[in-house]
Amino acid sequence: MSKIIKLRKGLDINLQGKAAESLVEVPTSGEYAVSPLDFEGVTPKLLVKAGDKVKVGTPLFFDKNDSRVLFTSPVSGTVSAVNRGEKRKVLNVTVTADAEQEYEEFPKLDLRKADRSEVVEVLLKSGLWTMIQQRPYGIIANPDDAPKAIFVSAFDSAPLAPDMNFALKGEKANLQKGLEVLGKLTDGKVHLSVRAKAEGEMASMQGVEMHAFEGKHPVGNVGVQIHSIDPIAKGDKVWTVAVQDVAAIGRLFLGGKVDLHKVIALTGSEVAEPKYYRIMSGAPVASVTEGNIKPQAEGDKVRIISGNVLTGKKVAETGFITAFANQITVIPEGDKYELLGWAAPRFGKFSVSRSYFSWLCPRKEYRLDTNLNGGERPFVVTGLFEEYLPMDIYPMYLFKAIMAGDIDKMENLGIYEIVEEDIALCEFVDPSKTELQQLVRDGINLMIKEC
Amino acid sequence: MGLRKIVDNMKPTFSEGGKLSFLASTFDAFETFLFVPNTTTSKGAHIRDCNDMKRTMIVVVLALLPAFLFGCFNTGLQVGLAGFEAFAYGLVRILPMVCVSYVVGLGIEFAYAQSRREEVNEGYLVTGLLIPMIMPVSTPLWMVALGVAFAVIFGKEVFGGTGMNIFNPALTARAFVFFAFTPQMSGEEVWYSKWSMMGAQTDGVSGATALEQLATTGEMQWSATDAFLGFIPGSFGETSTLCILVGAAILLFTGIAAWRTMASVFVGGLAMGYLFQALGVTEFPAYYHLLVGGFAFGAVFMATDPVTSAQTNAGKYIVGFMTGALAVLTRVVNPAYPEGMMLAILFMNALAPTVDYFVVEANVKRRKNRIKTVK
Repeated sequence: MSKIIKLRKGLDINLQGKAAESLVEVPTSGEYAVSPLDFEGVTPKLLVKAGDKVKVGTPLFFDKNDSRVLFTSPVSGTVSAVNRGEKRKVLNVTVTADAEQEYEEFPKLDLRKADRSEVVEVLLKSGLWTMIQQRPYGIIANPDDAPKAIFVSAFDSAPLAPDMNFALKGEKANLQKGLEVLGKLTDGKVHLSVRAKAEGEMASMQGVEMHAFEGKHPVGNVGVQIHSIDPIAKGDKVWTVAVQDVAAIGRLFLGGKVDLHKVIALTGSEVAEPKYYRIMSGAPVASVTEGNIKPQAEGDKVRIISGNVLTGKKVAETGFITAFANQITVIPEGDKYELLGWAAPRFGKFSVSRSYFSWLCPRKEYRLDTNLNGGERPFVVTGLFEEYLPMDIYPMYLFKAIMAGDIDKMENLGIYEIVEEDIALCEFVDPSKTELQQLVRDGINLMIKEC
Repeated sequence: MGLRKIVDNMKPTFSEGGKLSFLASTFDAFETFLFVPNTTTSKGAHIRDCNDMKRTMIVVVLALLPAFLFGCFNTGLQVGLAGFEAFAYGLVRILPMVCVSYVVGLGIEFAYAQSRREEVNEGYLVTGLLIPMIMPVSTPLWMVALGVAFAVIFGKEVFGGTGMNIFNPALTARAFVFFAFTPQMSGEEVWYSKWSMMGAQTDGVSGATALEQLATTGEMQWSATDAFLGFIPGSFGETSTLCILVGAAILLFTGIAAWRTMASVFVGGLAMGYLFQALGVTEFPAYYHLLVGGFAFGAVFMATDPVTSAQTNAGKYIVGFMTGALAVLTRVVNPAYPEGMMLAILFMNALAPTVDYFVVEANVKRRKNRIKTVK
């Protein structure tokens, strides 16, 4: 960790409702869900039906594109439902947890002796393979690939993101083991990125290449870190794993069983007491939010987001926490008309443009709603996106290449290096209100289809 | 929220299936003007910056106001009025042009939006005010209307509307009027109002603009201070460099205009001016170029148009510099055409995509090489 990588571009959006450092243990009970929709490009093929008994780590379904990729239950109990949407598309599989948890057994491999193939086998069987994501494209990694390197971001810089050092307290041994497992999967390096001056326990991790980053969001995004450390070229494949998932992989190899607990933060301006919760993956949203959302005035609604305000997924109060979420954010819905809003000073709203006044109070915490704040227009303003993507990429040209469906240009202009979360800030600041994250996913899907 | 109720009651008439559904875009334009819609985000970022196109455009209009108000005053001043009378005279003189510009331009924009079933874009709020400001004040209204119609249809809509056009629409209007009606639009009388109301001295008022004087005699009758403050004949909004700089300050502070483009235009103009001075081609001090004619106005409000100017940061420096240099080049070496700014900007509008192309290609090459060196 010789030098600190400083990123000048980006934006920290100050929102109300940062989680206080207090942890609530949520007991495992009720329904838990595993959803294929949390993963890009997965076509589920079911292995269970309603009424089946499952243990922790029993496969529920697999990916039709690769039958080795299993999705397993985070709890033991009875499969309560396979929920389907339009055209019988599987939305999720729910399992009602038993009071007493039973576990599938997995071998505790000795990593010094074990083969790479044995390690892969355990990860696939236990369902933890699905946590390993491939760049380019942000899809589940292919077990047959040999990645150039594996990247782990040890911090989250999104608005109201949880402090990972707090969330990972007591996980040191698991993290170390998880990183060793990742080391078995690549001939290249395992890169661990930490926030400069807030390394926490990460500083003591062995067998990894450590990088310290400094800057504004999206500095915590692994894609941005890859760009600074060892950028992805055509034909390269690298893998990424979220830091809490590294701990889960460590627990699997240390304990021989699947243990998908994680710590998430309940945040946002409409949360009465924002704090941390230890949950089991796939837990119901209500198990965290119940009784902790501020009462709303008549006619006002809230939006519950599984994830952060920039990239999270809108969920119902009866829904489930998505697989990769580190936080739940609750903000007001903005389904209100605003008289001459575009001409008003809008002191309560936030803008990066100095045609409003948020530049006057850089420390103010905002209570922002979900209003689009304008109508969708063609691109007019230039030079803005570049300021919020800390990569050597011309985002506007990339977006236009995607709109035109020009594969060559998309490739040349950097589609391999980004996924949705990396350009979420561009979407936030865009005065033309274009849905850029969807656009990028459409572009990636086109690349997957054509190449 | 009485107003909201009225709008809600009217809405079904204009929505699909309603009696006036063919006016849906028009209704939407007025509704969203009054109320920011209640649309919420559905996917992607759940919160959005409160800046939108309406805000962006209205700030540009605001930035144009100092030059506009001074234009009113100067119009009266040039026909022998003073003080508030001069301002009132100019205001009365220009308002018909502004009205014609907005009615004709917005009429066409609404019709196009309607036929494409799109929302009406806000870009014309700025263009509609720019057009009267860059015309000589005595331009006949029918000519303004024709110029506007040409600019909106052939300068913008045929390319696909706002954001897709190649040439700055306001300058397209100006160029069209200039070349289509050259006899009426040139000469020494065109810069003065011919309306003899409020006791204005309009008989026989004539006089060359600073640029015309320089092109013919090589000297101008006004001091640099007068030219900076704007007490000289010229197009309605272009004369006061001071007021234009106030507008520039607003645009730069809010970040709406690209400082890279704006600064490079001035640098380019100065560089070219000094070069000619050094070569002895002209006696005319380089900095005068920035004060007279449409140079400052063009640099601040036209060359910085984000749609038609360069879109990459490096491109902005190049295109800006060349715009300024080309304008001064035209002014100095082409005595038949004393004002070079309009054509310089239009020419660079045409070149900007090529400049951007090379900047982006350089980025592609750099990124490819970067990856090789890492391995």
